[in-house]
Parts: sequence; C-alpha cells; structure tokens
Amino acid sequence: MAKPKIATTSLAGCFGCHMSILDIDERILELGQLVEFDKSPINDLKRFRGPVDVGLIEGGCCNEENVRVLQDFRRHCRVLVSLGDCAIMGGVPALRNMIPLKECLEEAFCHGVTLHNTNGRIPNDAEIPLLLDKVYPCHEVVKIDCFLPGCPPSADAIWEALLALLHGKPVELPYELIKYD
Amino acid sequence: MVAKQTKRIVIEPVTRVEGHGKVSILLDEENRVTQARLHIVEFRGFERFIQGRPYWEVPVLVQRLCGICPVSHHLCAAKAMDQIVGAERLTPTAEKVRRLMHYGQILQSHALHFFHLAAPDLLFGFDSDVSTRNVFGVAARYPDLARQGILLRRFGQEVIRATAGKRIHGIGAVPGGVNQNLSPAHRDALRGEMDRILEWARAAVRLAAEYTTTHLDSLASFGSFESNHLSLVQASGAMELYDGLLRAVNARGEVIFDQVPARSYTDHIAEEVRPWSYMKFPFIKPLGPEEGWYRVGPLARINTCDSIDTPEAEAARQQFMKLTDGKPNNNTMAYHWARMIELLHAAEKINQLLHDPDLQGTELMVRGARREEAVAILEAPRGTLFHHYRVDQYDQVTMANLIVSTTSNNEPMNRAVQQVAATYLSGRPEITEGLLNHVEVAIRAYDPCLSCATHALGQMPLVVELFDCQGQLVDRKQRGG
Repeated sequence: MAKPKIATTSLAGCFGCHMSILDIDERILELGQLVEFDKSPINDLKRFRGPVDVGLIEGGCCNEENVRVLQDFRRHCRVLVSLGDCAIMGGVPALRNMIPLKECLEEAFCHGVTLHNTNGRIPNDAEIPLLLDKVYPCHEVVKIDCFLPGCPPSADAIWEALLALLHGKPVELPYELIKYD
Repeated sequence: MVAKQTKRIVIEPVTRVEGHGKVSILLDEENRVTQARLHIVEFRGFERFIQGRPYWEVPVLVQRLCGICPVSHHLCAAKAMDQIVGAERLTPTAEKVRRLMHYGQILQSHALHFFHLAAPDLLFGFDSDVSTRNVFGVAARYPDLARQGILLRRFGQEVIRATAGKRIHGIGAVPGGVNQNLSPAHRDALRGEMDRILEWARAAVRLAAEYTTTHLDSLASFGSFESNHLSLVQASGAMELYDGLLRAVNARGEVIFDQVPARSYTDHIAEEVRPWSYMKFPFIKPLGPEEGWYRVGPLARINTCDSIDTPEAEAARQQFMKLTDGKPNNNTMAYHWARMIELLHAAEKINQLLHDPDLQGTELMVRGARREEAVAILEAPRGTLFHHYRVDQYDQVTMANLIVSTTSNNEPMNRAVQQVAATYLSGRPEITEGLLNHVEVAIRAYDPCLSCATHALGQMPLVVELFDCQGQLVDRKQRGG
C-alpha cells in the first residue's frame, strides 16, 4: 500500500508551528517512514504532485498569495488542519487589523529612525502580492476540518493529531496536550 | 516592445529557508539573465501595531516575528526593556540564565539550518533529485548523521525549555531579569548529554571544513564577492553574541568603525527602501548605500572578531582563517563552516554555564530609575539584531524600530542571486529545476529568516507600474481611484 501523503505550508505565520513539527525530534525519522511529503517548505516541491491525505496550514491570510495557496491546499488535501493560533484566529499578525493601513505603511517606510528614504518611496512592484485589508483566519477563506490550538501547538500534540488523522481516527487529545499559548 | 520578448522565471516559494520569499529572473530573447532579484513578499507590521502595547508585553510579543529564532527577539527586547526599567546591570544569575538560553538558541538554530535544511545540497549535490533533496533523503542515506543533527537541535531546544519554560515562544526573560533560575534537575539532565553533544559538534565542524576545503575551487566563485562585515565584539575584540559593541571591517579586514555602543547605532547604520521588496536595504551610513552595504551572521562574525573565547572553537577559527591568511573570508559558501564553528562555540559555552553555580542563584530581578528610550543589540543566529523602543509615562510603547539580521543580508543575498543566475542560468536553452536550485543554494548559505524580515507592514499598493528591462514604463494600473 502506498504511504499516506502530507503537505504543509506557512502563510502569515512565523514558522514556529513548522519548528514545532520538527520538535518531534527523533520521530522525524519515523515520520519519514510513515508518510510521504508532498508540497512543503522543508522540501523543494513547489507545486502539488497529486492528492494529499492531510494538509497542515500555519498562519492566517494577510495577502492575495496566502489566499491562493490556501485554496490550492483545500483542492488537494482530503483533511485540512489549521495549525496554531495564527491559522485559527489570525494571531499576532492580526493585531494590525485595528490600524489603518496607511499608518502602518508610513510607520514602516517613512518614519523609521534609520530610514534613508527621502522621497518617501513605498514598495509597490508587481512582483509583490497585494495585501488584504485585514488578516483573516483560514476558516473564513476555505473549509477547515480540524483546529489545533497553541502558539505553537506542542510537538506531542501535532504528533498525536497527525497519527490519528493518518489512521482515520477521531482526534482526541488528552487535556495536557491542549495549550493556548 | 522589449517587454514582450522578455521571459520571466519565478522560484516561488524559496524553500528550505525560514519564511516567505521568491526569486524573479528576467531573460532576454537569447536567454541571457538581465535581472535577478530576491523579493520579500509578506508584511506583519510590528513596528506600528506594537505602539500602545505595555512595555512588559514586548519580549513575548516581538518574538512572534520568528519561530526559528524567537529567543533572539525575546532577549533583544528584554535587554531594551531592562534599560526602560532602569536595570543598569542584571544579577549574575539573570545574565547567565539569559546567556544560556541564547547559546541554546544558537546551537539549535545552527543545527537546524545545517542538518535539516542545507545538508541535502551539500551531501547530494545542488542539482540532485528533487524527491530526495530534503531531510528525509538525508535520513535515508546518512541515518547516523541525520540523527546527530536532530539530537543536536533537540539539545538546544531543551536548553531553551529549561530556561524559558517552552521550546518555542518562551517567557523566561522579563524586564530587569528572568523569572526563574536553572533548576538542578534541568542542569543535571543537560549535563548528562554534554559529552556527546560536544563530540557531535566537533564532528560537524570537521564535516563543514572538509566540505569547504575539498570543494574550494568551485565554491570560491559560487555567489561570492567582496563585502564589508558587521558584528558585535567584546571590548577585547573577541567574539560576542549576547551583549557587546559594534565593529565593522571591510573586505580586506580594515576597521570601518569599532567599539560602537548600541545607543549610537543610528549614527552608523541607515536603511534604504527599494520598490520591489518589503525588506529594506541597510548600509553603513558614512559610506552610503552604494559602498556601505555589509554582511552579518556567522561568516561576518568570524571575520570581524580577533578571537573566540572558548578553546575548541578558537582552534577551529584559526584553521578557518588560515585559508585566507588571516584576512576576511568573502566566500559565500564558507558561511556553513563558520556556522558550525559557532555551533561548537555555543556547545562549549553551554557546558561552562552548566557548571556555574550562579545559574542556581535566587536573585533574579533588578530595577532602577525609569527611562523613556532604549536600544539593544545582540547577535542572533543569523546576524546582528537591533531593537529600539520608546516607552511613555503610561508604560506604553510609542516607537519601535527593528533591524532584523536577515535585513542586513538583503543586498548580499541579492548579489549572490544575481551572480549565480548569471553564471549558471544565463544563455542556456533549457533551465532545469536543478539549475534553479543553485540560486536557492546561494540564498540558503545566508540561512535567511524571511519571517523576521517581514515585520514591516506594507500597504495595499494603489498604483502598480510595469517597467520593461530598460526601465521604460509599459503599463500602469490604478486601484480604487
């Protein structure tokens, strides 16, 4: 039987959830035996190779590119998991939701004490994806099947949830593994 | 029109690095590279949305810039907030617990980069099979090496957990000190692992040294160029990662400035904005943007320091410097070797601290006269990190200026990308995945942390202008107007 496939991505996140995946330590070797990785920042597959059993999403959506990637994950993944607080509710990046974009822009590119930007130039190249008005949690953009809280969720929580999902069992984590910070 | 004949290749996302970046390469009708750029495409907005937050929240808030090096931001912000609460000098216990946390961070981050992210390129070749060019491929072919890498990183993470309470986004450092000492139980557990950690760290230095020296002919020209180098050093000129003074040297090793305290950083460092990346381009102010750009991180630190204050890393440094007769090494791929020397240095420092009784002291916090402004600098795994804050009488942050390590390597990474693209891609009839990976190999040498670098919140651009390769405006779109 072919190995189950998983895919991961980081949208508007800090990569801490991906670090927490790697915090399974020696179980990384076991994971390599257990599953096959499709698209993920820890390998060099830039596009999906085919359908995937479980997709793990870190981070919410702060720009159009995040939305495109998230929709692509939804199309390819049988089960989609919001991994961590940013995917679930925007997290720290969503602190910008209370502030007008113009102010943020001017603070970053016009006001900084070390800035050397006499003409007040703001990055606007076509290569740069458009920012969304707010940072959105993933479930407001696509259907999400499973939510794993934490900033980040612990390696043990990720491991237990992943094993359950790969074996088609309900994810029932012990109380000790559910943390919200 | 020229633009129609121009081909565009995009590497998106850049993988096996931390964070979000892409590379765009423009080719003319004969497939010659006319432009190659590394773009940072995401925004966070920390500098703005941190305004109004209470100062004591900052060390736990800003570390969410980066999940690979959260300790660096946690400690840099804590060092700044020490000044805000008037903590002139921390207690020995607080200072050493923080240093232990920091060396744990250096160790885990360097191990992660070398073994989990970069090793596949070095072990299998830059254009090896994409399906095995990853950590699982390394584990299948070199199981012992992969296991050592995983356990080295685990050890660093456990040092962080013992001092910060959590492996990622911990809470150990607070304004004026720390909230716990190192418990004897944690100390003893970590001590028990120290022998094999040191042994593996030595082996990692040997591996990186051997790789660099045996491939020197091809690596010497791979994305390499002369540059200035910047880092903290001790007053003695020795390497310093937690709290020192700024020194910059040029490509020949001549000092540009030295012993500059954190509070004077704005006299020496400025940042340029370019329209095609949200990451700014820092430079040494008196030299200007054209001449003043510089490198940071392991290679820069080995190039700027006069010595390393742990014996085994110092011996390794001397061997490294022999390669360039004691002058700065400007070889981009030498970053890997330099990084492993620092990994050994961090392991030696951790070993010293685990035998220091101050770590079990009970005086954790100091306070003094409140101040309104603070600048803190430390050496994060990826290079010099600047945090600058103002806090008002209501304890709220009113200003934050952050220059994260990877930002300083923006110009060098772009130069490396341009050079590798021009050498390996230009004029070829077909550009393969393996050739494109060469561009990423050059970026990976810098171990960029592109999440860190996305802290500046941008706007939704209202005007988009399209230029051809001669800089002529081809199209212009306006949104909402």
